[in-house]
Amino acid sequence: MMVLHIMRRELRAMFLSPLAWTILAVVQFILAYLFLTQLSEFIRFQPELKKLEQAIGVTDIVITPMYGSASFILMLVVPLITMRVISEERRNKSLSLLLSAPISMTEIVLGKYLGVVAFLMIMIGMISIMPLSLMIAGSIDTGLFMATLLGVILLVASFAAVGVYFSTLTVQPTVAAIGTFGILLLLWIIDWAGAKVADENATGLLTYLSMLRHFESLAKGVINTSDIAYYLLFIGSFLTLSVRRLDADRLQH
Amino acid sequence: MSKDILVQVEHISRYYGPNAAVSQVSFELKRGEVLGFLGPNGAGKSTSMQMITGNLAPSAGRVKICGIDLLDQPKAAKAEIGYLPEQPPLYRDFTVDEYLTFCARINRISRDKIVAAVKRAKERCGLTEVSQRLINNLSKGFQQRVGIAQAIIHSPAVVVLDEPTVGLDPIQIREIRGLIRELGNDHGVILSTHILPEVQMTCDRVQIINKGQLVFSDQIENLNQRMQSASLLLGLRQPPTESDLAAINGVLKVETLEGGHFRIFHESENSPAETIVAEAVKNNWGLFELSAERKTLEQIFVDITSTETAVGENAA
Repeated sequence: MMVLHIMRRELRAMFLSPLAWTILAVVQFILAYLFLTQLSEFIRFQPELKKLEQAIGVTDIVITPMYGSASFILMLVVPLITMRVISEERRNKSLSLLLSAPISMTEIVLGKYLGVVAFLMIMIGMISIMPLSLMIAGSIDTGLFMATLLGVILLVASFAAVGVYFSTLTVQPTVAAIGTFGILLLLWIIDWAGAKVADENATGLLTYLSMLRHFESLAKGVINTSDIAYYLLFIGSFLTLSVRRLDADRLQH
Repeated sequence: MSKDILVQVEHISRYYGPNAAVSQVSFELKRGEVLGFLGPNGAGKSTSMQMITGNLAPSAGRVKICGIDLLDQPKAAKAEIGYLPEQPPLYRDFTVDEYLTFCARINRISRDKIVAAVKRAKERCGLTEVSQRLINNLSKGFQQRVGIAQAIIHSPAVVVLDEPTVGLDPIQIREIRGLIRELGNDHGVILSTHILPEVQMTCDRVQIINKGQLVFSDQIENLNQRMQSASLLLGLRQPPTESDLAAINGVLKVETLEGGHFRIFHESENSPAETIVAEAVKNNWGLFELSAERKTLEQIFVDITSTETAVGENAA
């Protein structure tokens, strides 16, 4: 219940600042542009695609790539949303309102995290209107679409968990944003190096760590428990770290 | 009896690195008591407040709120505390109503009582007419009041206010002091301040903290007694010799000042003022001034904090 109150406040505070609206508008605009170019490409090649034996549909050519771009753009955007979650409260000294209220640290962190996730879900919802609009004219591969959507949601939820953690570390929102972005980018490209490492175990580990790899398989329509578990573990770990960090603030170390 | 002890602080200390911000502070707060917490800058007032309210865990010692240990059961203990930190913890882009409603919610006030609680807090702090305004657009005094409203919204047993009258105009200060006294009737209030008259006016008990240690703790009446004069200021046009004055019954010591002024020290219970007047008239000394010198709280404060420093230096 407390989690819900904090989440609602967080969401409301976001929409009271122009930042949230700006981010929503910019992301929507860029993705709409990408979506339209992709769509016109598809329409141009459609006659030839029809001749192929294993037909590639609009979902493969338009929708999945658009979510791919969306995930990359969101990697840049999520740090901007999460940066202020706790660091700004620390800076404005309003954190003590939550600390002296009868709420646990876990409730505070979860509430804040879910507030951010709720905002991101609104954003993904807005983006998803575009591919769904294609259903008016034709049909899409619903299974693939759902798997990709699940992938994006899990991916973005993981971004948010990292962001919240970095926001607990500092009073400077910008530092939190840069830190989050650094970690996300590293985890995104970590398997590039993996290809060059001779040791096979190491390659496997680096590939496993890469956030992108797990997303890619979901974007192919393969819902694999290990991918989902990866994201859930990822989120759980960073949220636990955030709770620990806030507690460490209070307790003597 | 134990029910009426709201706050029990037992030997709390807090270290920042090797520096002890607060060391071995213990005290109690009873229901219906307003406790003034005094101290020079950096004495550890705010650190103590943070520890009492569970914002900061003590390095050693325990804090019990209504008998509930703050570290073992933080949720239950914190439900009994209202805290206004030095800088009010406000969400500036919320309106007063929205903000107080949120505060009521996170303090676990049941849904049907929230509206009433918000209304009451606003009335008590004089915020009714600014309900719909954004906190950011309010003046500092009003923001401070919103901070106080936040601290009392769930009628906690203990209200901890860290310098609540900073930035208020004199009328508001009076109102807030009145509010604090009113809160003191059925809650326990801990008030930190460096405005000395405020302590005299609002508190039942005073504690002075210096360099992290509690150096003084007494009822305000005793303090007032301590402040009572032990000296008279005397002005004479045709002054006699010092020994003449010293011979008057009840005079302990005489100090000659400039311009025919004398300071007469006496026992605090019996003042020789009457005898001096009679003598002055009889011997035609030309009395033009006679006043009891009152020690101000400020002097006592300076005495206590500076002597303690001296003791500390000697020890070192």
